[in-house]
Amino acid sequence: MNLAELQTKLIAAARTNVPGDQVPYAFEKRVTALLADRVAPDNLALWVSGLWRAAVSCVAVTLLFGAWAVLNPTTVSTTSDLSQNFESTLLASVDQTDQAQ
Amino acid sequence: MERTETELIAAVLKGDAASFEPLVQKYSPRVFATARRYARRESEVEDIAQEVWLKAFSKLASFRGDAPIEHWLMRMTVRTCYDFLRGHQRNRESSFSELSEPETDWLERFVADPGSAAEDADAAKLLVARVLEKLSPPARLVITLLEIEDRPVKEIAELTGWSVALVKVRAFRARGEMRKILAKMAKDKYL
Repeated sequence: MNLAELQTKLIAAARTNVPGDQVPYAFEKRVTALLADRVAPDNLALWVSGLWRAAVSCVAVTLLFGAWAVLNPTTVSTTSDLSQNFESTLLASVDQTDQAQ
Repeated sequence: MERTETELIAAVLKGDAASFEPLVQKYSPRVFATARRYARRESEVEDIAQEVWLKAFSKLASFRGDAPIEHWLMRMTVRTCYDFLRGHQRNRESSFSELSEPETDWLERFVADPGSAAEDADAAKLLVARVLEKLSPPARLVITLLEIEDRPVKEIAELTGWSVALVKVRAFRARGEMRKILAKMAKDKYL
């Protein structure tokens, strides 16, 4: 058997066998539906929605604390001044050293 | 008014997936025709075509627009078909003992008188499909592109991503591989 000739014949046979280009019905619709789930997220939109959520949470917390402050007014002690307390705490170690001497 | 391809691509890149549909509709016939060269079953052909379009969508940003999108798509199609061939090599090991009757008749006619065996006979087409299935993926790809589709080596290099020298080397090896398969077929059948 002449293999070279057989090869040439078979290649010629393959050339005559042109594949069809028909596309299944609604193939493009199927592809588009698949792609709709895969659309890349818009980074700017993600940021904006995140910032909006954060802003709403902040406003809610502010309102909550504001309402709490209005409804529960604390009595301001005249004897305990914050600056005095802070200073005595800060200088507590110095005072202890002085007393020891 | 119908939008141009450039406008459609720009819309897709901005996130409008629906603008991809006209492109799929326009170029799917070519993608399917190419896929049918490498896959026999229609379900496999459809899987290849679908994968090509999903890849095309996800890599659309890499399309530079300096050549027609068809060329870019065909490169993607050929490479997807090559991946398919590499993943489906199970048919390569079967023997030629189970040739159908028309295939055997055609071969016998060829042995008796090579001129009398017509190339456009269905049996010859079945036989060559069987032989092509037995080739290794690179050999099948290069035989299809170079010998069957009659494309120039440079174009094959662009489609496959191989160098021109590699295409030539693989074409040489592919012809040898095909001849070996034919020799095995002759041995299985006539010895």
